[in-house]
Amino acid sequence: MKFLCVGCDEPMRVRSVEGPEQGSVSVTFGCSVCGHQVSLLTNPAETQLVRSLGVKIGGSGAPAGPLETVRTALAEQREGALDTEGEEGLVWTEAAEGRLQRLPPIARPMARMAIARYARERGVATVTPELMDEYRARAGF
Amino acid sequence: MPKRYRDIVGDGGSNILAQVEERQARLRARMVPIRKKVAVTSGKGGVGKSVLTANLAAILAAEGWRVGVLDADLNGPSMAQVLGVRGQRLRLSSDGVHPAEGPLGIRVLSMDLFLPDDRAPLTWEAESRQDSFVWRESMEASALREFLTDTAWGALDLLLLDLPPGAPRLPTLADLLPDLDGALVVTIPSDVSRLAVGRAVALARTHGVELLGLVENMAGYLCPTCGSMGDLFAGEGRPAAEALGLEPLGRIPFDPRIASCADRGSPYAVEHPDTVAGQALRELAGRLRARLSPEGGAR
Repeated sequence: MKFLCVGCDEPMRVRSVEGPEQGSVSVTFGCSVCGHQVSLLTNPAETQLVRSLGVKIGGSGAPAGPLETVRTALAEQREGALDTEGEEGLVWTEAAEGRLQRLPPIARPMARMAIARYARERGVATVTPELMDEYRARAGF
Repeated sequence: MPKRYRDIVGDGGSNILAQVEERQARLRARMVPIRKKVAVTSGKGGVGKSVLTANLAAILAAEGWRVGVLDADLNGPSMAQVLGVRGQRLRLSSDGVHPAEGPLGIRVLSMDLFLPDDRAPLTWEAESRQDSFVWRESMEASALREFLTDTAWGALDLLLLDLPPGAPRLPTLADLLPDLDGALVVTIPSDVSRLAVGRAVALARTHGVELLGLVENMAGYLCPTCGSMGDLFAGEGRPAAEALGLEPLGRIPFDPRIASCADRGSPYAVEHPDTVAGQALRELAGRLRARLSPEGGAR
């Protein structure tokens, strides 16, 4: 979808995006030559259709978080489906995660919990391989 | 003459094309450490795709393959039950959402893990439910793409995608995942199933999807008491694979214990490896492995 300023015969550009509010998104386009502005106001069905495609009119802004559609659009969700208890806000770096995956499957949940507890006790928000080494040395194995 | 659509470069700032390309790039990057991606499909429901998928995953995992299973049936998710991971909480890290861990280390993601209870259907928030048929399918395709892209699958030898019934499901997946390695087609020995599966196979071919072969599930009834085999369907004995132009990969007899194991979340092929059905499943896994690794190695 593109907008053309008829008087100037110039393409218009997005100036602002508001909403969705009550199912409607308001996208304002402006002409860079004469300054003329128009707003596109979507109805709920149009808003929903665009949302279902996983794109955003007016630009995506911040990068989408993991499972953004699933997490934000499911009408009913299991409470606590995401995040292990006690790990809220705790982030595992890829390297730390990779190291955990090298443990036998049966040992992983316990190791994960123990390291998460150690991180919390230390007031650390990110689990890194260095933190895992530190925990290993402290735990004596 | 005023400018027309194709005279204008870009879309005024929404960058929809860039958004789509960025999404595709993230999906491609996620799939790099996954050696093979195989869909399990059928045009017909109730032919046992999910149980078959779970058992194949378990056999290959027991042989040392790193296996993931994505339950692509968002409306009727059963894989969490069949692989015994219902109720597991999923961990969120900077790398994405970590899948549930099933028997033998099988990594599992299913919509079931996000729904609040046994009776909760998959519903999406919307201002109006009217005309939801217009967007519902797109919403589900977006959710499936997210499951593929945002799940921290890690390095896998095989990702099995258990598709819901219906002919268009495989072409839709192939559109989302262009480097899909192929699909196993599942039927049962009935004319009704063959009819539906035949149409699904024809549609898949128009989309250029590689069809790895046909599995005839519930091919005969294995009596758990006396061990004798009898016909379960009147259509037994008609060569389905030949009629569909597919390589026959296996015929799996029905054993009531397959269903009871699935209900308990324990793969039948692991619990009962030496039964007739267990052996048939192992042979099927062997043929699939050979199709995926022609060199014959485990990986």
